Amino acid sequence: MIMNEMQVLDAFERYTSGEMSPQEQESFDELRKNNADIDQLAVEHGYLLQQLDAYKNIKNFKHSLHEVEAKLLEEGVIAKPQLAGKAKVVSLWKRHRRNIAVAASIAAIISLFSSGILFNYAKNQGDATYEKLSRELNAKISRMGGHSSNNNINPVVAKPAPNASVGATGFLIDGKGYLITNAHVIASLKSIYVENSKGDYFTAIAVYVDKNSDLAVLKITDSSFKYINNIPYSIKKGNADLSEQFFTLGFPRNEVVYGEGYVSAKSGNGGDSTAYQLTVSANPGNSGGPVVNKNGEVIGIITAKDSKADGVVYAAKSKNIFKLIQDLQAADTSVNQNIKLPVGSSLKGLDRVQQVKKMQDFVFMVVGN
Amino acid sequence: MGYYYTPKRINKNKVSTQEQENLLLKGLAQNDKSSIEAIYRENYSMIQAFILNNNGSVDDARDIFQEAMIVLYEKSRLESFSLNCQIKTYVYSVCRRLWLKRLQQLNKFSTQVESLEDTVPVEEEIEEHEKKDNDFTMMEHAMAKIGEPCKSLLDGYYLQKKSMQEIAADFGYTNADNAKTQKYKCLVRLKKLFFAQYNKSE
Repeated sequence: MIMNEMQVLDAFERYTSGEMSPQEQESFDELRKNNADIDQLAVEHGYLLQQLDAYKNIKNFKHSLHEVEAKLLEEGVIAKPQLAGKAKVVSLWKRHRRNIAVAASIAAIISLFSSGILFNYAKNQGDATYEKLSRELNAKISRMGGHSSNNNINPVVAKPAPNASVGATGFLIDGKGYLITNAHVIASLKSIYVENSKGDYFTAIAVYVDKNSDLAVLKITDSSFKYINNIPYSIKKGNADLSEQFFTLGFPRNEVVYGEGYVSAKSGNGGDSTAYQLTVSANPGNSGGPVVNKNGEVIGIITAKDSKADGVVYAAKSKNIFKLIQDLQAADTSVNQNIKLPVGSSLKGLDRVQQVKKMQDFVFMVVGN
Repeated sequence: MGYYYTPKRINKNKVSTQEQENLLLKGLAQNDKSSIEAIYRENYSMIQAFILNNNGSVDDARDIFQEAMIVLYEKSRLESFSLNCQIKTYVYSVCRRLWLKRLQQLNKFSTQVESLEDTVPVEEEIEEHEKKDNDFTMMEHAMAKIGEPCKSLLDGYYLQKKSMQEIAADFGYTNADNAKTQKYKCLVRLKKLFFAQYNKSE
């Protein structure tokens, strides 16, 4: 009997699943005994099937684990991370209150002496910054107009030009220093820095980029970055509703800027079902910013804006983040396996001012060149 | 090869602790959610307290506990399976060992990790688990790389145990034989991708 590889595999599968008659089994055994190549093939195939079976079992088991965990998180059996975080902040504040008071009074005395000098300095500095900013802005505006695409809408975003520093937005999805931003933001950057609302700079690297959803995962690599446990918002797995209200935080300038709007369509540019159309004011620099609903769930990530219509902005849906992380973990076997998306929002029920206050430490300016 | 089980209901009132634990472990081996949940409820808070007391966060605790559950699951599926201690002691021992390893990797291992609970030796099992985990990652990687329609086809046949007829219908192949040929091609691809990593990691 002459068998090609496919027939061997087929026979092997029927053999192991007990579909063969005793005579067939016997002749297959015989064949393996007499033909080393076929035997080798069967052994390899058996191993692969065994691995596939083990893979299936573990995958199903992990799935059950996640479901059980989600249920227990909801019930509060597993404490939500925020609780630990809050307690920490309070104790730190208490411990440092006295030092801060002393520092403040020293600062007050020094400022009395130096205000004259500083005033002059600030004036010069101010002019310089203003010019620089306007240059950057001009450059961006000209790029906006220069874009053309096969759709009649130009997705306009702060496309980074070589040798020019670009600014955009990113936000933490894991306190170990993982951020989400737009793929186009970092596309041409050689070095990436992120800056928090306190003005601290950290170096970062792109660990995964997905051009289809225009999302990228950054990892802060700076040793001065301290892990944060209490990310206050969660990432929404489902779709947002039409007309749902939201707010955004972003860095169209060197300071965090708040914006408000609503979901105006459940698909993006050209019917793109992985994105939303939003009505909100956004500018270059808002790219990569989180879109957050009233429950403190991130529902999307601002990606682009329609240059011909006012206030028409597109955002990638938040469920892309889950896919992105899944893909990243499938493609990467190193430390990035440990990314854990925040579960449960602690912003629910708070008023907007409090929500923004709690949130702004987790939104970063992404810069680079 | 295809295991289909009916989860057994566990009557908590009528059985002794020992029997109850055995039932839980049997349920666990069959991927029964109520058993998983019972073990979670019984043990998670202890593990979280341990991790938080030893330089970890709640996220770390969730992570480590899940991994320990997988170790226990793998153990419970062995033919030679027997647990010579309480589930609680076993889970604690595995978590403790896993967390020590994690701390060492992060170079955070400065203070003595407290151990007030009983522990049993679990080094071998954890080594075995790491090997399996590595295999799992390689298979996951290979499956991710294989692309469509292969991924869905192999998933349908080997993971969801669909018949060739169903698969032919799902993928629009004219008959089961065509689906079979396609499956064969996919399998050869998968094998290549899987063993390529295997050789790399050796």
